[in-house]
Amino acid sequence: MNEPLVSIENLHVRFRTYAGEVRAVNGVSLEIRRGEIFGLVGETGCGKSVTGLSLLRLVPPPGEIVAGRITFDGQDLLSLSEPEMRAIRGARISMIFQDPAASLNPVFTVGEQIELVIRQHQSVTRKVARRRTLEMLETVGLPDPPQIAKTYPHELSGGMQQRVMIALALASNASLLIADEPTTALDLTIQAQILTLLTELKKSRGLSILLITHNLGVVAETCDRVAVLYVGHVVEKGRTRDIFKEMKHPYTQGLLAAIPRPGSHGQPLPAISGSVPSGLVAFPGCPFEPRCAFAMEVCRQGLPPLVRVGEEHHVACYRFVA
Amino acid sequence: MSVAERWLGDWVRRREAQLEEYRLMVRAFRRDWLGVLSLLVIGVFVGGAIFAPYLTPYPEEGRGAPNLVNKFLPPSREHPFGTDYLGRDVLARVLFGGRSSLGIGFLVVIIAVAIGTPLGAIAGYSGQWLDEAIMRITDMWLSFPPLLLAIAIAAALGRPSFTNAMIAIALTWWPWYTRLVRAQTVSLRERSFIEAARGMGVSRITIIFRHILPNVMTPVMVQATMDIGSAILTGAAMSFIGLGAQPPTPDWGQMVSDGRIYIMNQPWYGAFPGLAIFLVTLAFNLLGDTIRDVADPRSRRAA
Repeated sequence: MNEPLVSIENLHVRFRTYAGEVRAVNGVSLEIRRGEIFGLVGETGCGKSVTGLSLLRLVPPPGEIVAGRITFDGQDLLSLSEPEMRAIRGARISMIFQDPAASLNPVFTVGEQIELVIRQHQSVTRKVARRRTLEMLETVGLPDPPQIAKTYPHELSGGMQQRVMIALALASNASLLIADEPTTALDLTIQAQILTLLTELKKSRGLSILLITHNLGVVAETCDRVAVLYVGHVVEKGRTRDIFKEMKHPYTQGLLAAIPRPGSHGQPLPAISGSVPSGLVAFPGCPFEPRCAFAMEVCRQGLPPLVRVGEEHHVACYRFVA
Repeated sequence: MSVAERWLGDWVRRREAQLEEYRLMVRAFRRDWLGVLSLLVIGVFVGGAIFAPYLTPYPEEGRGAPNLVNKFLPPSREHPFGTDYLGRDVLARVLFGGRSSLGIGFLVVIIAVAIGTPLGAIAGYSGQWLDEAIMRITDMWLSFPPLLLAIAIAAALGRPSFTNAMIAIALTWWPWYTRLVRAQTVSLRERSFIEAARGMGVSRITIIFRHILPNVMTPVMVQATMDIGSAILTGAAMSFIGLGAQPPTPDWGQMVSDGRIYIMNQPWYGAFPGLAIFLVTLAFNLLGDTIRDVADPRSRRAA
């Protein structure tokens, strides 16, 4: 296929805290292609959001990117100056968050906020910005855009707020949308609507989306490719259908097994024993080894390499090292 | 339809949601009789100060011209508040005195908000060394008793005058707004919509002035309204000790100071300007309370 839109190579992010250095992201590498939805899955605290924020260079202090390379559309993002980076944020890479209600400024109307974003990045007249605002509201499937533009965020429902956030994010024709748990705060039917909207936008605008989620169901439904993160390491990545056909990594298998299903009523859920280790402690071996049912001696000694097990399917586990 | 009309219509349409918000506020405000009463009291004093020359038959005496024939007349039909030691009508003096006393209240608060609010927002949003620097300077100003500091500044500024008193008081006042706004900003900074604005490529200055400031204006407005009363009181204290408006320009504090010698035999001279200070200060405090209740949509809708 053609050159990827985004490529992250060997990204390392550290947080220097009073308790010590937290290694949030440890050597993540992945590519996002043009016009695809790429899923980033993992438990809370595995570095999904930090990876997303790294793309915008907005890792909050005391966090910092200590190593790695991020290329976006041929540009090396980590070498850009702050003003150059600002011109990319919102214009070419946008982000939407988990809680749409908190992501909109409560004192401005929805229309004003979208107009502001448009005028932030493009020198257009108010009139043009206003027309584009209404177009965007239409694009994200909101009924009666002129009326919606006049409302304040708190007057809209959660699903509508998230649609407004998407309109805001895409108002300047961004080619990459980072969606950090965009449906976690919404109920299931609305969640399905938002995911459908994202899929439609991918098709109609050739938009690339980095979908950060802890929900494997969401991934199966919407993502073209997926990477599974565990304490800042990619443990498995590949095409969604390959991974769901045959999960290789014990962690991915555990995640899927822990989803409740109809028919499993009354039986205990097969949870992964133990909990996510803190990024504070560095250990030489596989980070999943303490919780892994297949742990071997070699797992304690060194980090397993990412090995190819299918056409585009990679797994970091010694069980597949030939 | 004229251009102006079309423009106005456009403006109303664009601001409809905001106007509706104001309508709700006004409705809630009208339900609070203490708030309405205090607004009425303030209105009477402000109107009295502005239209003083037309409200009294003795505008010259109000400005300071003596009329020794009428010295120390008790309250009567011609002089409802009596006359002072130079025979001037006390009512006229109180009306004209409102100009400097109310003026100092409003101006001090406006200057203090103008200095303190942006500093607080910058400190709160920037954090790190800039925050430390601004807040430690603020602490330094706050470590002196405000009236003493104002007296010292007024003395340093030279000849006592209305302007000097105003500058002196305003300089002791801004740190409170810096603290208030900083506290609000620190909690706003972590909210998602500020993070979202950063994610949209908005610069730091734009975030502070466009996204932070409008969100902290409500507490600032409430504090400012309450402070007008205290600023008037401080202004009166300054002119009481002779550091404010200079005779013959009338001022409530200065009138109370002059009248205190005669308080036993001619109580009206000191009492009426004192009453004016009392009523206005109380009214601004009550108004501030009401605005706080009204500006919060939760308490408003429940009412």
